[in-house]
Amino acid sequence: MKKVLMILAVSLIAVFILTGCTREQPENIEITMNGSTTVFPIAQRAAEVYMDAHLNVTISVEGTGSGNGIAALIDKTTDIANSSREIKAEEVDKAKANGVNPYETPIALDALSIVIHPSNPVNNLTQDQVKKIYTGEITNWKDVGGPDLYIVVVSRDSSSGTYEAFIELALGKDTKITDKALSQASNQVVKNTVATTEGAIGYIGLGYVDESVKAISFEGVTPNKENALNKTYPLSRYLYMYTNGEPTGAVKEFIDFVLGEEGQIIAEEVGFIRIK
Amino acid sequence: MKKKRAIIEYFLPVFAYIALIALLGIIITIFTEALPLFKTIPFLEFLTGREWRPTYNPPIFGAFPLIVASLFVTIFSMIIAVPIGVATSIYLSKLSGGFIREFLKPIVELLSSIPSVVYGFFGVVFLSPLIKDLFNLPFGLNGFNASIILAFMAIPTITSIAEDAISSVPVDLEQASYGLGASRLETIFHIVIPAALPGIFTAISLGFGRAIGETMAVLMVAGGAIAIPTSLFDPMRPLPAAIAAEMAEAPVGGLHYRALFSLAILLLVFILFFNLIAEYFRNKFTFKGS
Repeated sequence: MKKVLMILAVSLIAVFILTGCTREQPENIEITMNGSTTVFPIAQRAAEVYMDAHLNVTISVEGTGSGNGIAALIDKTTDIANSSREIKAEEVDKAKANGVNPYETPIALDALSIVIHPSNPVNNLTQDQVKKIYTGEITNWKDVGGPDLYIVVVSRDSSSGTYEAFIELALGKDTKITDKALSQASNQVVKNTVATTEGAIGYIGLGYVDESVKAISFEGVTPNKENALNKTYPLSRYLYMYTNGEPTGAVKEFIDFVLGEEGQIIAEEVGFIRIK
Repeated sequence: MKKKRAIIEYFLPVFAYIALIALLGIIITIFTEALPLFKTIPFLEFLTGREWRPTYNPPIFGAFPLIVASLFVTIFSMIIAVPIGVATSIYLSKLSGGFIREFLKPIVELLSSIPSVVYGFFGVVFLSPLIKDLFNLPFGLNGFNASIILAFMAIPTITSIAEDAISSVPVDLEQASYGLGASRLETIFHIVIPAALPGIFTAISLGFGRAIGETMAVLMVAGGAIAIPTSLFDPMRPLPAAIAAEMAEAPVGGLHYRALFSLAILLLVFILFFNLIAEYFRNKFTFKGS
């Protein structure tokens, strides 16, 4: 009995070790992507389409936030870091210290939209008004030409790339958002909150805007593809994929796919703006 | 046979110690990650600071608004959950008949196995508009919403453990009470519940632990504002929600990262403190008889 168990155990261990060694086979290629929840829809769709065409490639995509993605790239636990902001200098330093050389590839353009409840008649806000609303200086819609209604400021967690982009693009670096602002975890939740709250104002990626909310102009410029592309719309930003060094091999092929016709159509389909 | 027993006796303690090792590991990790923060920011300043701006430049780490938020939602959820949970357990163990009991008990236990994200979703989609309209507020994501959700989550824990405690009160006590001519209600309230009190305190402290440590649901429904809450109807950010929402972006080893671990210490301390209080009451009311 004991002997049989022993043999079983040894063969099991052998199987585990051997199956762990299948890396030599060239057929199965794994690509891991991690990072921005804004880039996630593009990455996810592109990965699905790409895997359909390349059966030997497995791409896993995680949407954990730009900072997390870049951290994973620095820790060498991901092949591609998706980011909705440029890599920070301190992150580059850290990567270099870890022997990682972040390489930036812009893949699409994103425009942030300021959204309000559909019943709100306000159509346009200036940068100054947005800033005053988000810092808590203006708290009633009647001060910006709307109804006598308390402004419910909806923002994102400070861990969100969208939050950082909004602060930088709309409010100016290091602006303190009012401490009464609701803080929500995703574009989707911000949209839902704004859609169900009469006095709400929020900001989401252009790709998330639908008829449940009203996207208003910023500085008189309508948030749409044309205005983002010709750079007249101030609240727009590039989305990036970061790799360790210039992409090579399977990773390069995948990024080329994202930048190619099919990939750019996907980016457009999920609501962003193509750059190629 | 004997050998088998020896092996079992040898291994069981090992498994028991795994829990201890895990706890020690968690405590050591949290403290080693957190403590360097206090070289930069004095502990008292961290505890009483009125502003939490971790990504501002320079960052400001004042945990006071988060602490107040946690206390707000936890205490109010306990105010709701303890009476309902204990009453349910009394009803289930002593007053309900066979069928109702067989029917209700699994339902209460099922409540505790619903994932917290589902509770959170319920709070966002159903409770939030209801609270908004009912109290005529501009929005429904606030401490009140979170308290109700937390109460829902703590009730099954409290109920099932209190019910066990009440059911395990020795029958001879009850029979003696009936023998002396006490009615059923008199027996329940003067004999059974006092005898089960230590177990009921255990139930409450576990329910409290569930409520104060719950993360996902409060992250979704509490509103997340960093102002110091002055009313239950303010949006607020309890400690676990702050940790969960911000850990993603906090650079490992940075001040923000350490501050979040320090919040975890605060949570641990709260839970420990409350368990000590519960322990005190447990001992005080432990039934000395039989």
